[in-house]
Amino acid sequence: MRELLPLLLQGTLVTIEIAVCATLVAIAMAFAATAARLSTWTPLRWLGNVYVEVFRGTSLLVQLFWFFFVLPLPPFRIELTPFTVAIVGLGLHYGAYGSEIVRGALRSVPGGQYEAALALNMAPLTRLYRIILPQAMINALPPATNLMIELLKGTSLVSLITLSDLAFRARQLDEATFKTAEIFSLTLVIYFVLAQLLAAVMRHFERRVSHGVLAHTRAVTHKAAP
Amino acid sequence: MNNLFDVHYALQILPALLRASAYTIAITLIGFAIALVLGLGFAILRRSPIKPVARTVGFVVEFIRSTPLLIQVYVLFYVLPTYGVTMSALTAGTVGIAVHYACYTSEVYRAGLNGVPRGQWEAACALSLSPWRTYAGVVLPQAIRPVVPALGNYLVAMFKDTPVLSAITVVELMQQAKNIGSETFRFLEPITLAGLFFLVISIASAQLVRRVELRLRLP
Repeated sequence: MRELLPLLLQGTLVTIEIAVCATLVAIAMAFAATAARLSTWTPLRWLGNVYVEVFRGTSLLVQLFWFFFVLPLPPFRIELTPFTVAIVGLGLHYGAYGSEIVRGALRSVPGGQYEAALALNMAPLTRLYRIILPQAMINALPPATNLMIELLKGTSLVSLITLSDLAFRARQLDEATFKTAEIFSLTLVIYFVLAQLLAAVMRHFERRVSHGVLAHTRAVTHKAAP
Repeated sequence: MNNLFDVHYALQILPALLRASAYTIAITLIGFAIALVLGLGFAILRRSPIKPVARTVGFVVEFIRSTPLLIQVYVLFYVLPTYGVTMSALTAGTVGIAVHYACYTSEVYRAGLNGVPRGQWEAACALSLSPWRTYAGVVLPQAIRPVVPALGNYLVAMFKDTPVLSAITVVELMQQAKNIGSETFRFLEPITLAGLFFLVISIASAQLVRRVELRLRLP
């Protein structure tokens, strides 16, 4: 047990690294795709929709394999390192799911807020940053937390494209030491702890963005309940 | 030789891919059937009046939900044989994906059960119905109907997760595509076809779920 842990923790670092980078790509893609889908220019709207449908409609593993095996071959000849493939693949896949969350959250902001900002003659960007996004964040964060946990779990698949993350280390150690039960139980526990930590951090953010607002909504829903 | 997508070659490998996709579909359907039943069991046990039972089941569901399917199927396939439980890759894969998704469906059922008005439980209690009749006759019909679309979404999600089983040598669609690719050194056609297959099925099932949602909407 004692000699296994350091080796698994090395893999854990790779997993965390990939998860953080992929989350950043996914957030960027989610906002970019949502912007494209809300655009007034039809081709851009189409592009956004196709991106979301394709990446939500196919498996993550298929996408990773496509980037890993197909891109370096003749028609494309784009040689990417496994690390890039992992970040781009995970980022694009979960970005498509994130776009649905962002869209739903933007839609949940009451129309009156938008109209009031317009009536106050706010510039479009100010409207977005000061009025719409802060309110949308409250609804976006809980599903975003779930999606980030999904992404963390999804990083285990990068072991199948030869990256030495936690899942890969576990398989490697298993083949070397045959302490199968200990290794995989420990791996499961590490993933579980990572997910719980992530959830705790996100709960902190949720409290921060909903500061002052949640108390109000809670009071309202409490009154509304029969 | 045509360097872009080779249609002739694609047609040539299509039968092999379709045969493998039958496995993908079979795993999904059998796994989902298990997940539906097991998930309901988990959801009901989580409401058990015996606190340790409810808490243990709650923890197990939370644990399975926040750890990767890949490691879980590794456990089923590599760890269980050391305790004398030997399963074929196909069985281990199906059981693994079924249990994983049972935890997701149990959360869906839980939402449905929480949505049943309190008065329904109290009425069942006042009529002194047995727990079995309370669930089967009163609560479940009201709890399950609104969550059918959410369950359908997990069917699609599960279908898209079957390629993970290729890691324990189950020859489903993805594994077959990869095998064909490594025999001929042309990965573009098999992997793209596999992707298209997933895309078509999941868009079609998303449409189906949407239609079911409209049909089942409560007045």
